[in-house]
This record gives sequence, C-alpha cells and structure tokens, in this order.
Amino acid sequence: MIEIFQYGFMQNALLAGGIASVLCGVVGIYVILNRLVFIGGGIAHSAFGGIGLGYLLGANPLIFAIIFSLATALGIGAVSERSKVSFDTAIGVFWAVGMSLGIVFVSKSPGRAPDLFDYLFGNILAVSYFDIKIISTLTLGMIVLVALFYKELLILSFDPLYGEALGLPVFRLRLLLLSMVALSVVVLIKIVGIILVIALLTIPGAIGRQHAKSLKGIMILSILLGISFVSAGLLASYHLNTPSGATIILAASGAFFVSTILAR
Amino acid sequence: MRGGDEEISSGGWGRDAGPVFMTDEPAVHIEDLSVRLGGRRVLEDINLRIKEGDFLGVIGPNGGGKTTLLRAILGLVKPERGKIEVFGRSPRAARKQIGYLPQKSLFDPKFPITAIEVVMMGRYATRGLIRRYTSQDLDSAREAISLVGMSEYADREIGSLSGGEQQRIFVARAIVSAPRLLLLDEPAAGIDSAKQVEFYELLGELNEKMTIIMVSHDISAVSAYVKKIACVSRKLYYHDSKELLAEDIEEAYRCPVEMIAHGVPHRVLRPHD
Repeated sequence: MIEIFQYGFMQNALLAGGIASVLCGVVGIYVILNRLVFIGGGIAHSAFGGIGLGYLLGANPLIFAIIFSLATALGIGAVSERSKVSFDTAIGVFWAVGMSLGIVFVSKSPGRAPDLFDYLFGNILAVSYFDIKIISTLTLGMIVLVALFYKELLILSFDPLYGEALGLPVFRLRLLLLSMVALSVVVLIKIVGIILVIALLTIPGAIGRQHAKSLKGIMILSILLGISFVSAGLLASYHLNTPSGATIILAASGAFFVSTILAR
Repeated sequence: MRGGDEEISSGGWGRDAGPVFMTDEPAVHIEDLSVRLGGRRVLEDINLRIKEGDFLGVIGPNGGGKTTLLRAILGLVKPERGKIEVFGRSPRAARKQIGYLPQKSLFDPKFPITAIEVVMMGRYATRGLIRRYTSQDLDSAREAISLVGMSEYADREIGSLSGGEQQRIFVARAIVSAPRLLLLDEPAAGIDSAKQVEFYELLGELNEKMTIIMVSHDISAVSAYVKKIACVSRKLYYHDSKELLAEDIEEAYRCPVEMIAHGVPHRVLRPHD
C-alpha cells in the first residue's frame, strides 16, 4: 500500500488533493452558509467554455477556465442584483452558455482533445507540476482573502440586510465571495472534474457543520475531512481500478450520509 | 473629522458621563420627505421632529411605510424629495451614531455563531473594512450583553436561544457602539407575551441614555411604554404627543376607529373637540 505513494504522479496527486482540501475547507462553508451551492455548479459548468477556448487556441485550458468562471460569477452577481432576472434563472443561462461555447470551441479545435474527459470528470493522477503551482497560488490567495475579510464575510453570511445598515459594501462583498467560489471551482476541476466540483467544495463543510460549533472549527474539521476523502478515494480508485474523481466523491458522499445519520 | 467620530462612537457607555442629552438640536429632523419604491409612493410629505431623549412609537397598517421610514433615517433608501437630518447631519454621516434592530430576519437557526459574535457585528462601523476587532470591541460587546441581561448566554450559539433571548442579543448588537439614536423595527416580534413586559422595560432603561424610535403594529403595547406616538400610512400623523386623533387613525387605517378601537387604548385617542 505504501509503495504506490513512491510514484511521482501519486505524490503530485496527493499534494494537489491536500492543497485543494485546504481550499474547500476555507471556502466551502461560505458556499453552504450563503446558499451558493447551485451557483457553484453553474460557475463550474460555465468554465467548460474556457476549457474549450483553451483547446481552440492551443493554450493551457485552466487559464481560460479562470477567465470564464470569474466572468460568470460576476455576471450572475450583477445580473441578479441589477436587473429583474432572478438568481436561479441567471445561473441556468450562464451554465448553458458556458457548456455550449465549450462544445463549439472543442469541435473547432485542431486535432483531437485528448484529455477533455479529465476536465469533465477529473483526473487527479494527471495533475502536472504547473497545475500544482496554479492550485497553490489560488489557495494561498483565498486564505489571505478570508483572513482579511473574515468579519465582513461573517456579517454578509449571517445578516446581509443588517450589514447594509452598518454601511457594509454588501454588493461588492457578494461579488468577492462569488469570485472566490469561481476560483475555487477552477482549482477543483483538475481533481474531480467540472461535473463533480460542487460536491467536493461543499460536502466537507456540510459534514463539518454537523459536528463543529464555530466557523473556524468547521473550517479545520472540513480541511481534515477533505484530505481523508481525497486520500481514501485515491487509494480505492487505485485498487478497484475506478476513475479517481468519482471515487473521491463517492467516499465523501458516503461519509456525508453516515454523518447525517449520526448527527440526528 | 474621522478622529472625532472615533472618540464619540468608541467611548463606551460612560456611566458617569453626566447629563446625556445636552442639546436642543433635534435627534431627527425630517422635512417634506417623499419616498418612492418600485414605482409606488410609499411615504409622502413627511414632516417630523424628534427631540433628543424622546421615545417615539410608530404604528400604522401593514405596508404603510413604517419600515421604509426607518430605512430612510438610516440613509438606506433615497428620498424622492425632501430632507432628513440626524443630529444635524446627513443620515449617512450620522450612521455611526445610529443603532438599528431590523425586522426579525429569518436567519439560519443552525448558523455557527455565538451570541457575543453577533453582538460584535455592531462594532463594524466603528472598526471599518478589513480592520480586525480589538479587545476594546470585545469589552464593548460584553458590556452591551450585560446591559440587556444576557451575560451568561454570551458564548451560547444564537440558534439555541429563545425568541426573546435572541431579540435581547440583537438589541445588544444595536447598542454596542453606544449610539445616540436607536431604531427598532418590530422588536417584540417572537417574544412571548409573558416576557414582553420585561423587554419593554429594558427599552425604557435604554431610553435614559438614547433617543429611541420603535416601529410596531401592536398599538396597545406601544402606547404603554413610549413617550410619543406617530402613525404612518404613506402620510405621517403626529402631534408631538402621546395622543392621536380618532380621524388620524381612521384615515391611516382606512376604516372607522371603532373597528380597531378595541386595540387602541383610550389614552392614545384624543376625544373629538
């Protein structure tokens, strides 16, 4: 069992999974408390447009995924705030536009798109050194943002109407939080894929919330949970010869069901 | 300018600060105010002058603009016409001197936050964006929690408290920066009637230190504890006293006063001349 961790790709995978777990722990609980789970799903799928464009232009798809997901996050935030379009309608539209653009771009790309499935379903074993650099930079940035805006994000999540009365820049903070969700989604795409991103972002926080009382406690617990899900899923996928992303999510959701029953 | 604000708003309660209300300047001065929301005129030609130290109860039918009036005083809605001054300044400039308890919000009862953390939120305006809370903020929060009689609940999760206990915590949050004006929107909502007396008595104590404007639909409860009463139904009916005219009430509620008079104690209604 130990020898499999001697492979370079396995070490990369664990390193990426560990860093991503820190990110999920720090950002995931805000997604849950602000009820942004569905938005996170929309942002993840819209990122596919960026991945398609990356293929078309022959550049790193992850870079364009960042641009697409950020634009979607800000777009959903602005459209639902400044127009009569409701939040979930805006999500639905951005979700579909991103996916369609991605499919069109990929179809026009020169040659085949060999690792397209890795982006859709995740392949933590294919994480490159460059990917790890992107993942750790974004995670570090996210920790800094949460540390800086801790008290503001708490008011925003708990009672935004009261925050407004305090003079809190509620709309801008909401855009900041949506952008953080967008960047987190990009980090997780390589690991579990677009379709499963939202599960990894929210399940550790959802379990953490059932057992820890404070926001910081939930963050720490969900980081530890995330690391164990990624490692357990990775090991299981190696031994059962199953896709890594889906196996990680199955480990996480299994734990979620057990925890929900225990927490009753 | 900013430094001066800091001193006022972070100066704590100052138990022995002597006379609290020293000026003749009105706490709130509203002139010819009209507010339009979503194409509908919610408030029209409002004129109101509230002295420092007053305790004004604002009643009125649902959708009559009570909450909008409070939000206008906070500077959260833009007037279509007219002028609002709070302590002689614009509502935004006076924001640090205003404490606010919004209408009971449906927050997540399992939100991972303790009572004292909720109270600390009220220190945001004093501290500002990005700056961390200091030990002074914590001291103020503890003092505010003790003032509302909730010290032993400080570290409990907000969701584990009863409706009345939660409202006390939200009052503590509203007064944690020692405001000169306290705006309360239906503060007794969710408090069972046995506990309401104690709660209104607490507000009476707070009124010794600050001007209070309280919105409520419960006319009889309001009339027993406030010093002045106003009625809002798009227009404002106010006579700088604790009495309203029967025709004011009839016009505001659009029904004969007998229909609602069972809820209106006689001390509120001034007899016809």
